[in-house]
Amino acid sequence: MKELVVISGKGGTGKTSIVASFASLLTNKVMVDCDVDAANLHLLLSPKIEERHQFYSLPKAMINREKCNGCGLCEDTCRFEAIKESTVNPLGCEGCAVCSRICPENAIEMVDTVAGEWFKSNTTYGPLVHARLGAAQENSGKLVTMVRSQAAKTAKKLGYDYIITDGPPGIGCPVIASIGGASLSLIITEPSLSGIHDLERTIDLLEFFGVPAMVCVNRWDICPENTEHIKEICRKRKIPFAGKIAYDNMVMLAASRGKSVVEMNSRIIDEIIKVWEKVFEVLCPNMKL
Amino acid sequence: MENTIITIASGKGGTGKTTVASCLAMSARQTVQFLDCDVEEPNAHIFLKPRLTREEAVSLDIPHVDHNKCSFCGRCAEICMFNALAVLADEVLTFPELCHSCGGCWTLCPEKAITTNRREIGLIKSGSAENIHFTQGELQVGTATSPPIIKAMKKTIQKNSLVIIDAPPGTSCPVVETMEGSDFVLLVTEPTAMGLNDLAIALQVVRVLDIPCGVIINRGTDVYSKVETFCRENNLPVLMKIAVDRAIAEAYAMGIPAVEAKPELREDFRKVLNHIKGVTAGERTCCH
Ligand code: SF4
Ligand code: SF4
Repeated sequence: MKELVVISGKGGTGKTSIVASFASLLTNKVMVDCDVDAANLHLLLSPKIEERHQFYSLPKAMINREKCNGCGLCEDTCRFEAIKESTVNPLGCEGCAVCSRICPENAIEMVDTVAGEWFKSNTTYGPLVHARLGAAQENSGKLVTMVRSQAAKTAKKLGYDYIITDGPPGIGCPVIASIGGASLSLIITEPSLSGIHDLERTIDLLEFFGVPAMVCVNRWDICPENTEHIKEICRKRKIPFAGKIAYDNMVMLAASRGKSVVEMNSRIIDEIIKVWEKVFEVLCPNMKL
Repeated sequence: MENTIITIASGKGGTGKTTVASCLAMSARQTVQFLDCDVEEPNAHIFLKPRLTREEAVSLDIPHVDHNKCSFCGRCAEICMFNALAVLADEVLTFPELCHSCGGCWTLCPEKAITTNRREIGLIKSGSAENIHFTQGELQVGTATSPPIIKAMKKTIQKNSLVIIDAPPGTSCPVVETMEGSDFVLLVTEPTAMGLNDLAIALQVVRVLDIPCGVIINRGTDVYSKVETFCRENNLPVLMKIAVDRAIAEAYAMGIPAVEAKPELREDFRKVLNHIKGVTAGERTCCH
């Protein structure tokens, strides 16, 4: 099975729109949205939810007022400053359970917390596994791992060969959880100084974890000089360049209507298809699309 | 005078959070403390161009096991909720990248065999640019946990100043860590189905934290009015609309802030600042 993870470092580079377009170009695949904080892929694919499951984070501390003698030991012990005046702030609690272990009155209980939901859905382009982390919750990395493993299971069951993943922004915990063990990661960047700055950090991250990378520049014509600069970076760092896609207002329009670009008859469709062909060549060197 | 801490956030990345944060700082008629808390991808320095003069490492305590004292009882591995320790017959393995530095293992080891080492997870850089005292956090590549860096940055906030914080995207722990303690959260969104979806999620976080907030709609067009309808229905003031403009996008690409590409925007950003100051002053009088 081959897994392509599309990430961007910087948010808002048009990653999700491109993933949705890829989805329409390949048949036997499962799609995954690993941006569990702010999932968007479902907005472009109009999924029918078939299964919903709750996601539990680590249990969080709760202090039983009747047993608590107010000694304050827990407050001194919690390294996350999550306890004030014998009350736990659930937003600060990381679930380490140290307080519950040192409390002399056994007044602290660790209680299960639902931190989100994940879904298996069907779309016109095939199955989609996605999730929604509750507002202000932790463990997004764990939820990412969960949706990825569910997608792999689904693909296996259906006998599908590919997984296409829409990854989260940044380089932190959910991104690390999204890329580990992937066959290839395509970075969608934009030709701005911010985009370049984040691109380099993203390449560093992929190298750190040994995941092969490719780069695609979206809205390249906003700044042709920076686009050249990005190509130069790819050459220097020996990263295959997947191509460039022009700026097109249709993409905004498609996104505002909740449609994928390829459905909108945009002038950049051919460019997206070319990028996809290049990516596929690297993903499966010996196969024809 | 008290601090006014304004956090600029958005559920979705790339909506113009950094643009708004840097433009606000550059439009203010007073000294500003600027914190770039998007420590995974800090970008505000590209626009504010500060001279960075100080650098400080952020590190976490992690366990160090003294194998001479250890009895290999396995208690630490049992305590650790993050699977950062494994106890074998005659060895204890530690996995620093999984450690949250909760201190459970070294506090509770019955043999007192665990002490601490430091693990570097990132840097805090600071300096200044005109009226702006600038600080940015940088998560080390390959490290998962950004909240401790954000926490350390927020400890540098000084009294009596206007503080502008550029938050990371998303809605989970790094964002909560950034927003907590703010007087006002400014949510930046764009008029698309995705922008609306992510605005709604970001708003939930702000409401959980119970902080007053307002919205800036970036790259506005006339085709999509649902964001404004949503704001109206949720009593969210729209403080500014920035029309879609290729010139701003091109300037942005070169690291030129929108207020330099379009100086007339400065006045609008000042109005936003004044509005926020009014709201936070009002909050203080009605709550105390
Ligand atoms: S479980 Fe850990 S983080 Fe939560 S309140 Fe107790 S000591 Fe603090
Ligand atoms: S400090 Fe906490 S998280 Fe780190 S190894 Fe010890 S018990 Fe585990």
